[in-house]
Amino acid sequence: MTLAPETTDLKVQLRLDSEDSENEVWFTVCDLNLLVPGRGVAALLPDGRQVALFRDRSGSLYGIDNRDPFSGAAVLSRGLTGTHQGRPFVASPLLKQRFDLVSGECLDDASVRVATYEVRAG
Amino acid sequence: MTSNPRVVPTIVLVGHGMVGQRFLEALAERGLTATHRVVVLCEEPRPAYDRVQLTAYFSGRTPEELSLTDPEFIKDHGIELYIGDPAETVDRAARTVTARSGLTVEYDTLVLATGSYPFVPPVPGKDSDGCFVYRTIEDLLAIEEYARSRATTGAVVGGGLLGLEAAGALKGLGLATHIVEFAPRLMPVQVDEGGGAALLRTIEDMGLTVHTGTGTQEILADADGAVTGMKLSDGSELATDMVVFSAGVRPRDQLARSCGLSVGERGGIAVDEQCRTVTDPHVFAIGECALAADGRVYGLVAPGYEQAETVAATIARDESAFTGADLSTKLKLLGVDVASFGDAHGTTADCLDVVYSDARAGTYKKLVIGRGGELLGGILVGDADAYGTLRAFTGSVPPVSPEQLVLPAGSGGAVQLGPSALPDEAVICSCHNVTKGTIRGAVTDHSCTSVPEVKKCTKAGTGCGSCVKVLGQLVTAELEANGVEVDKGLCGCFAQTREELYEIALALRINSYQDLLDRYGREGARGGDGCEICKPTVASIIASLAPTIGASGYVLDGEQAALQDSNDHFLANLQKNGSYSIVPRIPGGEITPEKLIVIGEVARDFGLYTKITGGQRIDLFGARVEQLPLIWARLVDAGFESGHAYGKALRTVKSCVGQTWCRYGVQDSVRMAIDLELRYRGLRSPHKLKSAVSGCARECAEAQSKDFGVIATANGWNLYVGGNGGATPRHADLLAQDLSDAELVRLIDRFLMFYIRTADRLERTSVWLERIPGGLDHIRDVVVKDSLGICEELESLMAAHVAGYRDEWAETINDPERLARFVSFVNAPDTPDPVVGFIPERDQIKPDLPLLTIGMRRPQQPADVLEGSAQR
Repeated sequence: MTLAPETTDLKVQLRLDSEDSENEVWFTVCDLNLLVPGRGVAALLPDGRQVALFRDRSGSLYGIDNRDPFSGAAVLSRGLTGTHQGRPFVASPLLKQRFDLVSGECLDDASVRVATYEVRAG
Repeated sequence: MTSNPRVVPTIVLVGHGMVGQRFLEALAERGLTATHRVVVLCEEPRPAYDRVQLTAYFSGRTPEELSLTDPEFIKDHGIELYIGDPAETVDRAARTVTARSGLTVEYDTLVLATGSYPFVPPVPGKDSDGCFVYRTIEDLLAIEEYARSRATTGAVVGGGLLGLEAAGALKGLGLATHIVEFAPRLMPVQVDEGGGAALLRTIEDMGLTVHTGTGTQEILADADGAVTGMKLSDGSELATDMVVFSAGVRPRDQLARSCGLSVGERGGIAVDEQCRTVTDPHVFAIGECALAADGRVYGLVAPGYEQAETVAATIARDESAFTGADLSTKLKLLGVDVASFGDAHGTTADCLDVVYSDARAGTYKKLVIGRGGELLGGILVGDADAYGTLRAFTGSVPPVSPEQLVLPAGSGGAVQLGPSALPDEAVICSCHNVTKGTIRGAVTDHSCTSVPEVKKCTKAGTGCGSCVKVLGQLVTAELEANGVEVDKGLCGCFAQTREELYEIALALRINSYQDLLDRYGREGARGGDGCEICKPTVASIIASLAPTIGASGYVLDGEQAALQDSNDHFLANLQKNGSYSIVPRIPGGEITPEKLIVIGEVARDFGLYTKITGGQRIDLFGARVEQLPLIWARLVDAGFESGHAYGKALRTVKSCVGQTWCRYGVQDSVRMAIDLELRYRGLRSPHKLKSAVSGCARECAEAQSKDFGVIATANGWNLYVGGNGGATPRHADLLAQDLSDAELVRLIDRFLMFYIRTADRLERTSVWLERIPGGLDHIRDVVVKDSLGICEELESLMAAHVAGYRDEWAETINDPERLARFVSFVNAPDTPDPVVGFIPERDQIKPDLPLLTIGMRRPQQPADVLEGSAQR
């Protein structure tokens, strides 16, 4: 048994309050090791919203709304991720539009964006 | 009935063959269809088709595909085309033409393009049942029908160009085939004695029987009047069930004769250099019915096209003249290349021959050289690759010695003279008379960047197609000369093509995406996360090579899981509302009642929508992600395996019932389909692979629309490749004939592995075949003749795949860790996705579509734009 904190003990947490609020509210989703680098998972929030969570090769975590605005299906967590001009993105598995994982902007249609969430490992 | 009074000048074209159609196009190009009424009387029951490619009908081209006539063209130009209504009389005094239907049309200009008719020697019995000519699609249909029902042996009278085509057709229909030629050699017009000998050897090796120097004296028939044999000039009798006369053609000038137009001694409507009849200035004649000003009747399509252009120009009052034409020709007869060009027989005074002959290889090459060293003409048999270049050099002194041009490649002295050495005036496409300069202009002035664009722009390569290879080289050379640098890289992460990445992975045994990206990615992409284009591509390469490069054969192991496309990641097909569909493998489309019942029960128990697919399987729709393992547990238990409907992999091998049940079947197509499907199941490839096996030439399994299709023959199997259905249908090309079971499997092994190795990402075999240099011929060289020496490796790669195959779903449901991914929510594994909902329709379910947040805003967005927007 080691005493040093292991990454496997870490949890993926999602910030639920608005960013300028005084009291931070973090919602624990799952063990960090359930996130395979380059792949996403979906999480269900207490209010019924769905979040797509991703982890990239460097260990950074991202969260965006799971619903694909082009089809209405809750599938963005199942898309393929990548880097485009240094920015991480996920491509919808349905019609392949790409969404910036940091800003939520659709890279193929600037008028469309999805909600983003602050994610941490803690 | 008489047509409308003449408000605009009227051009009447009699005959709608290849030359007639070219004439109409020439009229349209000059704007004459706008200023003239154009009426066409066509005897055949279909508009103009490609008679040069007639024999292609027997290798699967349909009459529709042979058509040269775009209905839109006819309509857009207001051309009145009367099909199946030949002109019967011409009244030159009244300037009217009357057709068989009674239609009478007044003309200002009459153009006769009545073509030619096959010459049938006046031998007794020539009209017996089972005697045919070889000229029209209708002739071919009749030959096919008779050969299938009443003949096992066939004889062709005439060993010329068309005779050999006809013989090839009979052989393809499974008949024992004889060729009877009066001259002492085959193709007496095009080749000399040496060329004839090379040709004879090759054709006899194919199993045809050739009788040269032999005349036909009588056709023998039985009491019912059906052919039983032939009596030959050497006194012998040849038993045969059918006879095809192909002993040359004669100009069809009857209509001209009966209206008093002057014709030549041996036929042909006499015309001047403008192709105007010498008798009547209002009447022109073009093509095979015309006796040109130089006293010849031209039987090739290229001179006919030139005559068509001349007449159109004359009507438009442009200066143009037809003074004679090049008789160069390149053909593939029975798979043998035969070409002759220029003064092939060396009739010029003081000319010399340079000959290279290899009777064992069936190759013969002769060049005719003039006194000043200029190339005058030549004959190529067995290997006509140099035809395009040599013909273009005709009339000039080639930059290297003629010997070097005919020696086989690799023999030291040989020189491959590229088309870049040609002068701008060199004619590249002789069918449409397109020069090298025009082709270069298409690239430099008209911004064409590909062969298809240049073809469209210049018409080069759209006739017989023999110049397409040279055309490709010219276009590439011109693009490079203009400094057009096309980034052929796979995506923003890799500068290599898929093919290059495959070679790297194979040669260096790289089995990790990150490794490949960090070592071989573009500078800025190394160390990054890649993208949605290269990840699945590399995943596919790793999966195709898994046993060889030491990667796991299970596509969701380790890093591979992160690379797979969404569908592969869940081993199911994502549908529009986020639910999945499931397709169990049903090899060859054969299924027991018990298994059918299991599928029915599973679908009923999970409330799935069921539909029969086009590939003889059953698709089960509406499964939530967490239901997939439960459904597959039942399917695997009943003996089903993954159908890989979610993967770029082998889908199905469709079959008809074949010999076992069908009265027409000649082989057991179901067994072969099952064998092939089980052999190639799970094979990851650049795109999906579809196949089919038909038990006879009726082709009920539609094998010619598949990536690889197999059609049974009396002697084995014919293998077709590169077919496709979908948005751009393509008929498959015949790769090899009459294969045994083992030969068939070996060829498919090689073909598939060569495709996997060299195709681009998401490039179906049909596109790949059209794209790769050399096309089908190159593929045949590689996989049949092993020209690259890689067949052994291709076979061993496939053997490794076959040995390493395991069912992905069986592997998944037996491993709890692998099952963990099949949840809608990582933090609520038992909760189904509430967005996935269904409503009833026609006694089954359909998706209850979620309300789109942006759907209302862009109602007109076409799907292809939406999809294309993600492409870079």
